[in-house]
Amino acid sequence: MTTHLKIAFLALNDAAVLVAAHECGFAEAEGLSLELIRTTSWATLRDRLVFGQVHAAQMLAPLALAVTLGLSQQPAALAAPYKLGVNGNMLVMATDFAKALDQDLPARLADPLGTAHDFAAAIGLWRRKPVIGVVHRFSSHALMLRYWLASAGIDPDRDVVLRVLPPSLTVEALGAGEIDGFIAGEPWGSAAVEAGLAEAVAIGERIWRRGVEKVLAFREAWLEENPDTTDRLLRALAQAAAWCDDPENHTALADLLSDPRYVDQPADLIRRALSGQIVARPGEPAIANPDFVLFSREATPFPWRSQALWIYSQLVRWGMVERDGASAAKAGSVFRPDIYRRALADSDVPMPGASMKVEGAVTTPLSVGSRQRELTLGPDRFFDGRVFDPERIDDYLADFAPQR
Amino acid sequence: MRIVIIDDSGLRATVLDEGLREAGYDDIHIVPPHGAFVARLERMAPDVVLMDLGSPSRDTLEEMLSVSRALARPIAMFVDQSDEAMIGAAIDAGVSAYVVDGLRKERVKPVLELAVRRFNAFARIQAELDEARTALSDRKVIDRAKSILMNQRSLSEQEAYALLRSSAMNQGKKIVDVAQALITASDLLGGGL
Repeated sequence: MTTHLKIAFLALNDAAVLVAAHECGFAEAEGLSLELIRTTSWATLRDRLVFGQVHAAQMLAPLALAVTLGLSQQPAALAAPYKLGVNGNMLVMATDFAKALDQDLPARLADPLGTAHDFAAAIGLWRRKPVIGVVHRFSSHALMLRYWLASAGIDPDRDVVLRVLPPSLTVEALGAGEIDGFIAGEPWGSAAVEAGLAEAVAIGERIWRRGVEKVLAFREAWLEENPDTTDRLLRALAQAAAWCDDPENHTALADLLSDPRYVDQPADLIRRALSGQIVARPGEPAIANPDFVLFSREATPFPWRSQALWIYSQLVRWGMVERDGASAAKAGSVFRPDIYRRALADSDVPMPGASMKVEGAVTTPLSVGSRQRELTLGPDRFFDGRVFDPERIDDYLADFAPQR
Repeated sequence: MRIVIIDDSGLRATVLDEGLREAGYDDIHIVPPHGAFVARLERMAPDVVLMDLGSPSRDTLEEMLSVSRALARPIAMFVDQSDEAMIGAAIDAGVSAYVVDGLRKERVKPVLELAVRRFNAFARIQAELDEARTALSDRKVIDRAKSILMNQRSLSEQEAYALLRSSAMNQGKKIVDVAQALITASDLLGGGL
């Protein structure tokens, strides 16, 4: 018997795994039929999930924590047993603004620390406080942007204006001069560059080399009541993710995503980002960033609890949540490695032995303990060299200079 | 009770505005979600904000509601938060509402129910308009295909239409699709009108 599942998503490249699971037969093979429901705002995606109008949703990882912590409208216990991707974001700034930055484009993208300091200088030269679009206060992009700006002494709440707008309106707003740049998931940054409005300034992958992005979020109660369906879905997604990661399939995947029902943007633009070919300025050759977005390898989908806690540490850092033991425990438990293990125990997916790790400590590919197949973790450094030990959140936070 | 409707579809906002006025609400304002709409909204200090659920500007609005010092923390609300079917109806109708915290539920509920009914009414009007528009453009396509056939094969109008219809039936297609294919082919061959 086929089980019907409704899953909400936004028009972004990292809906890839869901789209591939639906379109390429991976869901069907597990006896599932997926109904992918496109939404135009994170608020609506959240409401559909929280109020039970969909079974699962492609959600910004920090938003899943925020809903659980009661920071974003109706509180609800959410659970994320699967990460839909790692990285895939880009900060672009208006062409005029970018004139004050390093004109050597590969060097600009490869050196986020230098570029952050150039950015600080560029703020002073700009005609107003730069207005930077972010897709949501509780987005991975916004947290990475804050982290990056602060490294050069820029106070993201005082020295720039962060304006929330949906990814699909970013390019239009830039063209109209309502914003001076934005950070968003692909293909929107590339679309702004392609339109001749902006240049790439920083790439998410260079800020945190293995930055958490979207998760598949469920209501915790539903997840607990439907273990079999959940496991089948996770197995289908793991197969789909491996397919999405394979460079041989990038053209086919880009064609799928370009469909009006999904991302509705040119296939070529989508394919470039999937393959990590970043055009930083119109007409310039693409700069290769092979780890620009990951779906499967290095156990990408595994929901490390330490990553949920890193997000929590940033929410605390920016005053979005009170620091206390109860909220930390609640935040950490949104990520559900136990469910991931259960679902994929009999598969050939490499399985980490631990559920927490020190984030940012891997500088070269590292083989780690795995119960199935060999697992190699890629470098996961933060660009400033800090490491996050989930057992020592307070020390980690104390090490950042006070903002004001 | 001050109600602000955030909408850039003139028609939907009007449909909702009329319904609310008929029901006796008179402090209603329509604000399109462009430019400095957030600042306008703050000055208005509404008790209830109604917005199309499908509007991509919901995140922008929520961000403003969460940082605004002027507004008393409006919260997102569906008609009856405890009733899944009612929430489904609101979501299907595309109604999202933000209600100032503390406003009594009984006072808000009729507004939200009315909004759901009116949004549904608007969707019906919209569907009828779209249908009429499609029918009109289909008509034009078929007329053009007919005149190509009439010119090139010296057929009468009835004969041209009959030919289109029988081709469509044979191919299991809609007449308008066959007509469009004929126009395209004719354009490609340079024999168009």
